[in-house]
Amino acid sequence: MMSRRVASCALLLCGVLLAGAGCERESRPFQQLPAASARTERPLLSQNTPGGRVGESPIDTGASPFQENAWGISEGKRLFEQYNCVGCHAHGGGGMGPALIDDRWIYGNRAANLFDTIVQGRPNGMPAFRNKIPDSQIWQLVAYIQSMGGHAPLAALPGRSDHMRVGTPENARPATPAVQTGHP
Amino acid sequence: MLLVAGTVACTGACGNAPNNSNDNSQNRPRVPAASAQPAPASGPRSAPGDGAAGADGDWTTPGRDPGLTRFSPLDQITPQTVSQLGVKATFSTGFVRGHEAAPLVVGNTMYIVTPFPNVLYALDLTKPGLPAKWTYEPKPIASAQGVACCDVVNRGAAYADGLVVYNTLDNRTVAIDAASGQARWVTTLDDINTGATMTMAPLIARGKVYVGNSGGELGVRGWLTALDLQTGKQVWRAYATGPDKDVLIGPRFRPYYEKDRGIDLGIHTWPGLAWKQGGGTAWGWVSYDPALNLIFYGTSNPGPWNSEQRPGDNKWTAGVFARDADSGEAVWFYQLSPHDLWDYDGVNESVLVDLPIGGAMRKVLLRADRDGYLYVLDRTSGQVLSADPFVHVTSTHGIDLKTGRPMENEAKHPYVGTVVRDICPAAPGGKDWQPTAFSPRTGYLYIPANNLCMDFEGVEANYIAGTPYVGANVRMYAGPGGNRGEFIAWDPVARKKVWSIKESFPVWSGVVATAGGVVFYGTMEGWFKALDAKSGQLLWQFKTGSGIIGQPVTYTGPDGKQYVAVLSGVGGWSGAVVAGQLDVRDATAALGFANAMTDLPQATTRGGTLYVFGLP
Repeated sequence: MMSRRVASCALLLCGVLLAGAGCERESRPFQQLPAASARTERPLLSQNTPGGRVGESPIDTGASPFQENAWGISEGKRLFEQYNCVGCHAHGGGGMGPALIDDRWIYGNRAANLFDTIVQGRPNGMPAFRNKIPDSQIWQLVAYIQSMGGHAPLAALPGRSDHMRVGTPENARPATPAVQTGHP
Repeated sequence: MLLVAGTVACTGACGNAPNNSNDNSQNRPRVPAASAQPAPASGPRSAPGDGAAGADGDWTTPGRDPGLTRFSPLDQITPQTVSQLGVKATFSTGFVRGHEAAPLVVGNTMYIVTPFPNVLYALDLTKPGLPAKWTYEPKPIASAQGVACCDVVNRGAAYADGLVVYNTLDNRTVAIDAASGQARWVTTLDDINTGATMTMAPLIARGKVYVGNSGGELGVRGWLTALDLQTGKQVWRAYATGPDKDVLIGPRFRPYYEKDRGIDLGIHTWPGLAWKQGGGTAWGWVSYDPALNLIFYGTSNPGPWNSEQRPGDNKWTAGVFARDADSGEAVWFYQLSPHDLWDYDGVNESVLVDLPIGGAMRKVLLRADRDGYLYVLDRTSGQVLSADPFVHVTSTHGIDLKTGRPMENEAKHPYVGTVVRDICPAAPGGKDWQPTAFSPRTGYLYIPANNLCMDFEGVEANYIAGTPYVGANVRMYAGPGGNRGEFIAWDPVARKKVWSIKESFPVWSGVVATAGGVVFYGTMEGWFKALDAKSGQLLWQFKTGSGIIGQPVTYTGPDGKQYVAVLSGVGGWSGAVVAGQLDVRDATAALGFANAMTDLPQATTRGGTLYVFGLP
């Protein structure tokens, strides 16, 4: 009796162990995986999609809510100074970080690219601001950064600053189509 | 009053009296600790860890000798033979950022450190084409590039006792076995999340490696650290701000001037706790005097540039420290720019020579400083013997030799919300990091200089660790004459410019002077030039592939012939517009340097290459 009980206990324990490790290894839960489309929320950084493109452009995933809003862009300009973005990117010409008023964009200049760049950081030096800045301010920064290169409606673009003149004001800069270069 | 323990006793009245220099009769400039060193009688040619220069044909440390004279005793290349120089070998480093390092030559091997990612190549000088013997890749953290203020440069390695020692951008000092290329030790000294990086070239002396951090534009608290050469363990660290115990200020500290005396000035000359983010980094050069057993180095600008946010003298930034080489104790300090208003960083090299001044041989320290003055200091006491402008200066009216203070021009004082114009020199100074050379043959100091002025507007700076802490809008432009650079031969005894060559761009390369009577330097267009050391006549030049901001060296090859080597590869603060592909439509790009360099992208392209030149 005793030995049978021990044996059944051992069997039970074994079953638990199997369920915990072995069964997990053996399971094939492909039905539960999120649909592939659910993983395309983030912007793509490649224009090369194996098998060809399906549906809309995978690059563009929407604009900043402040894209056409003068107040939001102006707030972005203020924050660009106060969060020390200006320390690395200067007034768009760059320095420690790359220029933001030219047409070369390492990781793309769509709103979602810029949002990700600010939140996640980038490997060659861009700090990650995740959990440091509220999302609404990040979208204001995104709108301002796009406006630096003239990529905003003229009516919403900032004009001359009340500071030392550093170059042509945002509302007088020619917008140049951005190119994602991929390299610093 | 002024007693420098164990060395030279001197009083405040000693200005005209001879000090106890052991050779007052010799009335010509001398290089005390440099090329006079004989080569070791036996064994491999090497620099022992006591700070001596290597053998005549070697180049074991960027300054060539611990006095940083960059003077080579080699004399095959002369004003007569130099025109026959030709390219003997080239080597692509594989990187495109600014190449500021000096190649080292030890015996039959050349060592080159690249900018980030700080690869170390060992090249075999005995084989045609200089193939690599080995390569060491420290693989620094890529994010370090985001906290390097002025391009991701490295100023080179130092060699002693079979080890090649250098710093990585992510704050490691590494010691590599010169024969095998294997790391002997790796010591991590700071954290990029504070904004710190390391770009300077170490100095090795007394069995120690002296290294300092960079980050004066990111509110980094500056330090200089001594590591044990054999183990990499920290021997001492001296901060540039904070309480005296952190700065290693103790009973031996005897500054010459009243302004530099007091208790815990590293706290009290700052508002609140601003000293904790006050800069004073030691990213420049360290020199060493074996007879005095003192090391000399400069501390960087205080942070932020906006001076209204840091009322006070901001000790111990923008000045020169003399410290005991073994204990690190401060012996004297001279603050060049108290409460620095214009980013007049104090990191420039202190060149140690003995000069006949006032009828006696004096142990002096020559500094072509950022503030535009050529200082001659008594290196035993820190007394300023003379300070004369070597470039156009509007920011100050001169240096008061009684108080040691610069006489500031109130009209050039920057304030928040005001644009102050025509401040000369500009923030990079009359001369930035690019090192001078001193020839005991001519008695001249050869200065690679800038001729730049700037407009400056103070703005509020916010301190966020790991981001810039500057608080200034700056735009620079050429000074009087329109040339942005000048190569100057300066007589520190006569206190005057002897001759100079105007250059279109700032001269951002180092200099080498030789016993053959030739000086070499490079331009940002890429010309590598040889001048007659005496007359300044251009004798020879060669256009390299990219702008030159590196430090030339000269050495004897395995064939017994003299060679000259330099890294070409534009970048640095001045060349960031090309190396970093900046947009010069923004005058404030690269902290305002871009405005002065709008035509550099037409003059040169980026890319790092070693060039070796030799006679037929």
